[in-house]
Amino acid sequence: MKNRLAIVLGFLVLLIAAAIGFYLQAVHHPLAASKGPRGAEAPDATTSLIAKGEYLARIGDCVACHTEPSGGKVFAGGRAMATPFGPLYTPNITPDDETGIGAWSSDDFYRMMHTGISRDGTLLYPAMPFASYTKVTRGDSDAIYAYLMSVNPVRQKNRPHELRFPYNQRELLVGWRTLYFSEGEFKADPARNEQWNRGAYLVQGLGHCSMCHTAVNRLGGSSESKAFEGGMIPNQNWYAPSLTSNREAGLGNWSIKEIKDLLQAGVSDRGTVYGPMAEVVYHSLQYMTDADAEAMAVYLKDLPKRDTEPPPTSQARLVQPAVMELGRKTYDKQCVMCHGAEGKGSPPGFPPLAGNQSITMASPVNAIRMVLNGGYPPGTYRNPRPHGMPPFNHILNDEEAAAVLTYIRVAWNNAGTPVSPAQVNELRKLLPE
Amino acid sequence: MTVLLFVTAHAVWAAPSDKDAVPAFQRMDSLEARVQGCVTCHGQSGQGTNSGYFPRIAGKPAGYLYNQLVAFRDGTRRYAPMNYLVAYLPDAYLKEMADYFARQRPPFTPTEPSAVAPEVLNRGGTLVGLGDSALGVPACVACHGRELTGMAPGIPGLAGLRQPYIAAQLVRWKVGDRHAAAPDCMARIANKLSDADITAVSHYLARLPAPTDPSPESPNLVRMPFACGSQR
Repeated sequence: MKNRLAIVLGFLVLLIAAAIGFYLQAVHHPLAASKGPRGAEAPDATTSLIAKGEYLARIGDCVACHTEPSGGKVFAGGRAMATPFGPLYTPNITPDDETGIGAWSSDDFYRMMHTGISRDGTLLYPAMPFASYTKVTRGDSDAIYAYLMSVNPVRQKNRPHELRFPYNQRELLVGWRTLYFSEGEFKADPARNEQWNRGAYLVQGLGHCSMCHTAVNRLGGSSESKAFEGGMIPNQNWYAPSLTSNREAGLGNWSIKEIKDLLQAGVSDRGTVYGPMAEVVYHSLQYMTDADAEAMAVYLKDLPKRDTEPPPTSQARLVQPAVMELGRKTYDKQCVMCHGAEGKGSPPGFPPLAGNQSITMASPVNAIRMVLNGGYPPGTYRNPRPHGMPPFNHILNDEEAAAVLTYIRVAWNNAGTPVSPAQVNELRKLLPE
Repeated sequence: MTVLLFVTAHAVWAAPSDKDAVPAFQRMDSLEARVQGCVTCHGQSGQGTNSGYFPRIAGKPAGYLYNQLVAFRDGTRRYAPMNYLVAYLPDAYLKEMADYFARQRPPFTPTEPSAVAPEVLNRGGTLVGLGDSALGVPACVACHGRELTGMAPGIPGLAGLRQPYIAAQLVRWKVGDRHAAAPDCMARIANKLSDADITAVSHYLARLPAPTDPSPESPNLVRMPFACGSQR
């Protein structure tokens, strides 16, 4: 009996040692795992699960919100999320037992992703995109869980939210959830092929694109019927263009390659990403495989078009000749070098302005911001040294900036509307972000 | 000596022009084209523009420029327009940008003489050239170089900077808003300067003639008065 116990114990010790070795390997090479097999050996089940989880966590862009941008530790949380209701602070999602999610099981993690309910039963605020993550499969959730368990645990207490009354009453979330949350994993559309469904899964689920590209109402909810129709991003003062209108960021007229380029490289022959979308490409989309980027492009291109009115014609005739002339002069002096006399640009380095939907769309916010603050597209694997646009905040006064914006919105048959000096002035008061 | 300096300096001066702030480049696939995002504030070759708050960056040590770009990107140095511009640029590219502007040798622009009392300039000159041992403030030239062109790898040149920029940086250091790698030698010094000293030293520096050799000094030619993290 004693002998058998010793054997069993010995066996257990061996098992535990093996498990520790296994774990240490996984912990110490989380990045190596993402670059394929170490040396010539094939990846074992655990490391491939972690690698898959790392990839999916990238697509979910967990790092962007769960890391404090001014030198915070990765995944340790603490980033302030400005909301119209007061700042929220993202939690620590490193596997620290006390301050992170070290004590969570994969069941806890899936329940949080799928239902927006934390391990201790707290209802999460919808700044966590659980309304999108609910579409994520159990398998993918488990992979992300395995990856998060493999990163360095960081002991850092979560900072309490600073929401104003009544928004700090979590019971209100019950109402919010009834109105705006429907739980359920992604269901493939059998009428579509596998590629389309993969794209839909990524866009609607982990990609959580609707967090910005669907307008958010006063209660911080977004309505299904307005999915991907665009809107101002609360507290960031950028306009997230509609993905369902070819007059905004609808991609109906784009080639699959152009969409892929925009998502993966951050630049394309049709346009370039700046601001919040640059952040998404930098932290997340640039890491997509070609197959996933293509699937996303196929799905996005196919989103239903909701433009009911015929496309407007150029509004040039509505612009006072003096304004048009000031705009043209300013353009010739400051813009022509990079964007060309005909507004064709030098893509992908310098984007075209003629026929560029982001210039002509109804909201001039993004165009005004670009003229005032300039911008660099993200440096990505495919485009590590992007060309940049300088700020003109200190060079152009409100009249000049409004005139040059009006000019680029109506010249070359662009069908935009004039911009007023007051609109420029409004955005000038804000710090760039 | 003053006359000689003035003449030498004049040879490399060029009148400031707002043309320096207008985008221009030769080849699309060049670093020159890629850094057009910098030119409306820092000038075509990093020489600065008419605005006194935007610093000359040309010829500053590459290590210093790189540290600043990384600090702006990561938010450890705060200035919203810069934080926004470089937020999503990788290290290797920031290094290239830093090297590019460190290589530039555009002419120095003459400064507009401002009305400053002679005793203020005298005090500034003393601090720059000799320091104030009673306060425990070393001379600027001890670290920033004999001609204030900086010291590789991490100490910036002060030559060619305007008064508002210099004063603003010293104040930011003093109030703890700007930092350098520990040990932060500049913080030690800024904390010992009174507002009057900051005014004096910034006006004096902004009036200096162009250096005869605009390149930064090599490190450790002299023993530095304080240990500086940015030199490690």
